[in-house]
Amino acid sequence: MAIAPEKRKSPIYEGSRIPQPIPSVLQVPEALRRSDDILEVNFGPNHPSTHGVLRLIVELDGEKVVGLRAVVGYLHTGFEKSMESKTWWKAIPFAPRMDYLAFQANELAFVLAIEKLLGIEVPPKATWMRMLLTELNRIHSHLVWLGTSALELGAISPFWYTFRERDRVLDLFEMVAGTRMHTRYFQVGGLAEDIPRGFFDECRKFCEIMPGAVDEYEQLLTYNEIWLKRTKGVGLLSADDALALGQSGPVLRGSGVDWDLRRAQPYLAYDQVDFDVPVYYNGDVWDRYKVHMDEMRESTRIVSQALEGMPGGAWIADDRKVVLPPREELHTSMETLIHHFKLVTEGFRVPEGEVYLAIESPRGEFGCYLCSDGGPKPWRVRFRTPSFIALQATATLVRDGLVADMIAAVGSLDTVMGECDR
Amino acid sequence: MSYAGTPGLVEEKVAYDETTLVVDPARLVEACEHLRDEEGFCFLSDLSSVDYAGWGEEPVAGYWGGAGGRDLNQPGTWGLARKPAPKRKRFAVNLHLLCVRSGAREARRVRVQVWVDDGEQIPSVVSVWPTADWLEREVWDMMGIRFSGHPDLTRILMDDDWEGFPLRKDYPIGGEPVRFSGEE
Repeated sequence: MAIAPEKRKSPIYEGSRIPQPIPSVLQVPEALRRSDDILEVNFGPNHPSTHGVLRLIVELDGEKVVGLRAVVGYLHTGFEKSMESKTWWKAIPFAPRMDYLAFQANELAFVLAIEKLLGIEVPPKATWMRMLLTELNRIHSHLVWLGTSALELGAISPFWYTFRERDRVLDLFEMVAGTRMHTRYFQVGGLAEDIPRGFFDECRKFCEIMPGAVDEYEQLLTYNEIWLKRTKGVGLLSADDALALGQSGPVLRGSGVDWDLRRAQPYLAYDQVDFDVPVYYNGDVWDRYKVHMDEMRESTRIVSQALEGMPGGAWIADDRKVVLPPREELHTSMETLIHHFKLVTEGFRVPEGEVYLAIESPRGEFGCYLCSDGGPKPWRVRFRTPSFIALQATATLVRDGLVADMIAAVGSLDTVMGECDR
Repeated sequence: MSYAGTPGLVEEKVAYDETTLVVDPARLVEACEHLRDEEGFCFLSDLSSVDYAGWGEEPVAGYWGGAGGRDLNQPGTWGLARKPAPKRKRFAVNLHLLCVRSGAREARRVRVQVWVDDGEQIPSVVSVWPTADWLEREVWDMMGIRFSGHPDLTRILMDDDWEGFPLRKDYPIGGEPVRFSGEE
């Protein structure tokens, strides 16, 4: 299905396009500013095409973007500060709520980081289920990205197609966790509950329809002439500039860098499944779109393999100092009751130390830095969110572009403002 | 793997399989250029800071009462299992570096750590990795650590006229004034 893209013979553009001296701000040249033809336009902070509350102050020379400054922070809600006052396991629900698309990836990073500090061993069934769900979550995130960014460029139909499949993914999440979004299904030590009966059948059905559905989106868009004209050669970013600007995920792979944390530092069970990392070499919006499309196919492959390879056994570690004891034991065992009470009121203690743990979220490298003083609450929680980093590249992407292309370029960065501002 | 050749290296330690290089703030830029050019760390994953005020004292993690502020978390039984090891200074700034090579099947990471007290400055690394631009602005905004040589060190997440630095331990949660509709 997917044809391997050819490597480029020449670089995407010569040299660096990162603005100087401020890498995230495109400044109007002084001579041009004096010409009195510059129009300053305020884009946002509340515009339908900005996925949340992003403000862009754009300076235009005719239709050409000559100045740009991105202003963020409108959705800052102090997640990191709030988490410092919660016990470790009561802080888990905060992590997914930063991002309404990649919630499980965020939750996973936080839980894995706590487990790294604790040194607790997670049963294989929980590891495989986590992998399955985060891949479903990647499909979910990419579907919403595809629907909305096509909508911004005037293509309304793909939106309805993508939301059809998105709803099926959410149905699967609902089946597992009882809620459609922000599931809080990953618990320190494993999963919050066992996998419900009937889930595997439903998930198999989804894996059967998903490749055909991706073909359908591609038929609507990939070689659609309007789509090609709006995305080919727009929002250019070279591999060197992408690395210097800290871009990761589909943006980096669309610029020709073959880099995926799932393969470079296999976490969960990614070293036991077979998948390809899509790479495209032109660094434009179309290539980023293609990376997203191929990734949905690869994620479906991983989900199918996870369904086949899912081991049996326990779904959470048997560690009474960290994990809630089984409910049925509460009525008969005094010891269990004490453990339950201590865990719910005081929480578990996490050894002193600091860790940085990064995973490949749908948007790229999602890092979680934790610092513990040995007590039951985190001393410091810090999230390295790919959206925050991605928006720094806006000025480089739209340099000398047209104002209409700015929408395509900003959309292709796949940012979620809640995650950006935290 | 040893990073003994890093300029300004004060201490190299390994914990939880992660290498931390404590570097003299005065030679930070030199050290970063060395790590980028000689060791291949072309990618700055993260730049963040930790406030260790009150570290190892009686109050619990999360809230450190100060300046007559409210004590939201009466320690009660929440004491620490043991007192954590003392820190060099009040603030630590951590740079998480990553070695990205196309097609690689390994991800080498290192943490560069510098220590400062309130009011001290750190040289900016925007010239080494442009990513540091917003990350350093966030550290200034949230922790109040200044970066000398940063081209545009302004607040990023909070309002421009915000007072105080929210992620400091002496800044209370819920400490900002809330206006209710009945009040003037």
